[in-house]
Order: sequence, then C-alpha cells, then structure tokens
Amino acid sequence: MTPQATRTEFDVAVIGGGLVGSALSFGLARAGQRVVLLDEGDAAVRASRANFALVWVQSKGLGLPEYAGWSIRSSNAWGEFAALLKSETGLDVGFERPGGFHLALSEAELERRARQLKRLHNQPGIVTYDTEIVDRKRLESSLPGLGRDVVGGSFCPLDGHCNSLRLHQALQTALFNRGVRYLASHKVEDIAYSAGEFALRTAQRELRAGKIVIAAGNASMQLAPLVGLVAPMKPNRGQIIVTERVQPFLRHPIVTLRQTDEGTIMIGDSQLDGIDPDEVTMPVMSVMAARAIRMFPILARLNVVRSWSGIRVMTHDGFPIYDQSETCPGAFLVCCHSGVTLAANHAFTLASMISSGRLDADSVGAFSARRFDVH
Amino acid sequence: MFTRLPAVDDTSVSLSIDGKPIEARPGDSVAAALLAAGFHHCRTSAVSGALRAPYCMMGVCFDCLVIIDGVGNRQSCLVPVHEGMRVELQRGKRTPVA
Repeated sequence: MTPQATRTEFDVAVIGGGLVGSALSFGLARAGQRVVLLDEGDAAVRASRANFALVWVQSKGLGLPEYAGWSIRSSNAWGEFAALLKSETGLDVGFERPGGFHLALSEAELERRARQLKRLHNQPGIVTYDTEIVDRKRLESSLPGLGRDVVGGSFCPLDGHCNSLRLHQALQTALFNRGVRYLASHKVEDIAYSAGEFALRTAQRELRAGKIVIAAGNASMQLAPLVGLVAPMKPNRGQIIVTERVQPFLRHPIVTLRQTDEGTIMIGDSQLDGIDPDEVTMPVMSVMAARAIRMFPILARLNVVRSWSGIRVMTHDGFPIYDQSETCPGAFLVCCHSGVTLAANHAFTLASMISSGRLDADSVGAFSARRFDVH
Repeated sequence: MFTRLPAVDDTSVSLSIDGKPIEARPGDSVAAALLAAGFHHCRTSAVSGALRAPYCMMGVCFDCLVIIDGVGNRQSCLVPVHEGMRVELQRGKRTPVA
C-alpha cells in the first residue's frame, strides 16, 4: 500500500482537538471507525485548555430541560469513562464526585439562588434530581474553614470534578494507542462535499473522509455553514487564579472555587465580554479573590502562582448544539460549553450515533440548532 | 559537601532546623545555612514526594522551599537567617494555616 497524503481515506474526520473533539474521536475509534483528528497549532485559542474541570449538574437546564437530563446522564457515566481511560492509558484523571456547592455571601444571594433553582425544577418535563438549598449549619459540617460571611448555599450530590489537563493527556494517549491519526497545525480552511465524500482543505494537504464532525469550539460558527449547518456562538471570557499547592482542606468543589487533586486552589468567578485571551484585568481578579477569601479566610494566606484568561465556548443560548446536515449527509456538528462534564456522553453516546451515521432524535433531538429558527 | 571560606569575623547566628540547633553566619541565606550545616535536601515534592534541594540559589527555581517560623513554601535562598529562627524541612504540600 502506498500512502498518499492527498488521498488519505478516513471513515471520519473530526475537526477540533479540544476536549469535545478528543472525546468524540475516542468514542469513534472504540466503535471501530478510522479517525483523523485535525487540530490547530500551539498558538490557537485553545478554549478547552483553560477550563475549570468541573463535572457539573446543578443549575443546568433552565430554558432547556433536556439539558439537565443530558448533564446527569454524563455525570453518571463519568466514573465508567474515567475507569476506561485508566485501563487504556494507565492515567488517573482524578475524577471525584463528592457533590458540589454554590455558596451565598448574603441573604439576597441565597434568595436569588433559591428562586433560580425553583424556576429550574418547576419546568415541565424536567427530570427530578437532588439539588437542595442548605443552611449554614449544614455547610459547616461539610466545609471546614468556612468564612463567617457565608449564609447558606445549595448542594447537588451529582457534582464533581477532575484533573482536566490529565484528561487531555489521557485522551491523547488513548487516541494514539487506538491508531487515531492526530494532525496538529491542520486548521481546516474549507470543506467540500461531493458524492458522499468530504474533502477538507488545510494549508498542509487535503484530506478525505466519509463523515466529518465539526467540534471546533467557537470557530464552528465559520465552519458549519460550509456543510449546510449553523452554529450561532456568543463566546465570553473568564479569569482564573491559581494558588500554590497546599494540603487538602476542601473536599467538595464549589462552583467558583476548588482544590485540585494536586493541591492547588483554583478560583474562577467571572463572565466578561471581550474575547481577547491575553487580557487579564486586576479589578476582576480583586473581586474574585475577595469573594474567595470571604468564603474561606484561610485562602488569604496563600501565594498566588498563576492567573489567566480563558475563552468560553458558548452557543447563543448556552446549550449544546448537536446537529447533522440534511444537505451534506455525514456532516455533524458538536458544539458546547461543557466539554468536561459532557465528555462521557460524547465518548459513549454521541460517538456511537455518529459512527452509525445518524443522531438519535429521541435522545439528542432537543439540541438541534433548529431551535434557533423559531424565534 | 560544602565547606566554608575562612571567616572574616567570628560572629554567628543561632537557628534551628527541624529542632536541631545550628550556627550560621550573619548574612547567610537560609538555604546557604542549610547546606553548610550538612542538610542535603530541604523538602519533598508536593506531587511525587521526591527529595528536593536548593538549586539556583537566586530565587528562580523554587526548589528550596522550606517552612520558616511556621510559614510554608518560603524560598530559603531569599530569606536571610536571624537569631532564633525556626526552620523546618517541608514534607510535601504546605499546610494552609500559618
């Protein structure tokens, strides 16, 4: 067999080497597909390298109840997903699901939180799951070192977290072991569809595949229309503060604050306009740090070792878009904010559907971008 | 492993390392005092537990972290010794409480 770069044949080409594209490629390879994963280079925005590593359920689904059920399904599958990665790569991605908290620093914040949860769980058709408003006493028993300003919060036993950098590493290793072709610095410039085959143009070469998956984060907005799909995106920016490593003291992830398996504290409590990943602003960091210290005064004594901005992949309404093209059959779009939380679903459920050539409307039909047409 | 150059004066500073009294010279960094007193490591790594020792001696590498007067993760190459200082070798991650 003579390999010819310009005529390489793959069952499926996945565009985007972040957590979404990697998890899908892993699932597709497990389903026996010959996969090529096309990634950009080191200078790309790389939204999923900057994530907060929560596997999170509480608060999700207000406005689209199916999103709650979908998140719960992934949270429940995450243990199996982590075990599978461990058995294929030897790498422990540090998944834990001790349950997570929102903390309120005033009665007004607590009331707002309670109203939010009530609206979320009152929606018709929403799956029932445990999320409860908890008082200070309950918080004290789970969160030693809690600051005096915390008046209460909410708790959901389905919330957890992982080591997301190791998740990247484990997925990359698993892809390599399974023979997935990973091509860095292969930004897709154009996609052409003809007679059941896709031709993807990159600066390096042209690649051909029977199916494609657009999992390019915010850049999906530009790629989707090339194959008759739409991906309306509205990205935003978040800042993260990282402290030195300390002995474990925080067993539960808080939505804005968590201690990693290696001991650092990550603080992330901002949603900002503007998507310049090089911008890190001091006023925002001060507010984040001040709130974190009110939650856990012990943090005031720690040294900060890093801070950065991350760009959130965000669709117009914040919910995932899973779609398939009617005009170019075999073209799929997978675009969402929660690449960590949904990684298990992407690897198991969605990859099997894509491998079979059809998204199952019963389980993911609600996430079609057609929902944007009715407005 | 390390030998002192001849002293220009004979004043000394007393401190303790893990409870063991040692003598240093005024102006010594804690890292220099440690090494001169025959300690060949100052901590164990926060992740792997491997032994670590002062390396760059100029504030860059962060390998010389120790506990000084109860505060963990201090760069011993940047802190001058003082009389009565309590230095402890750091085992793994620092504790969050000073």
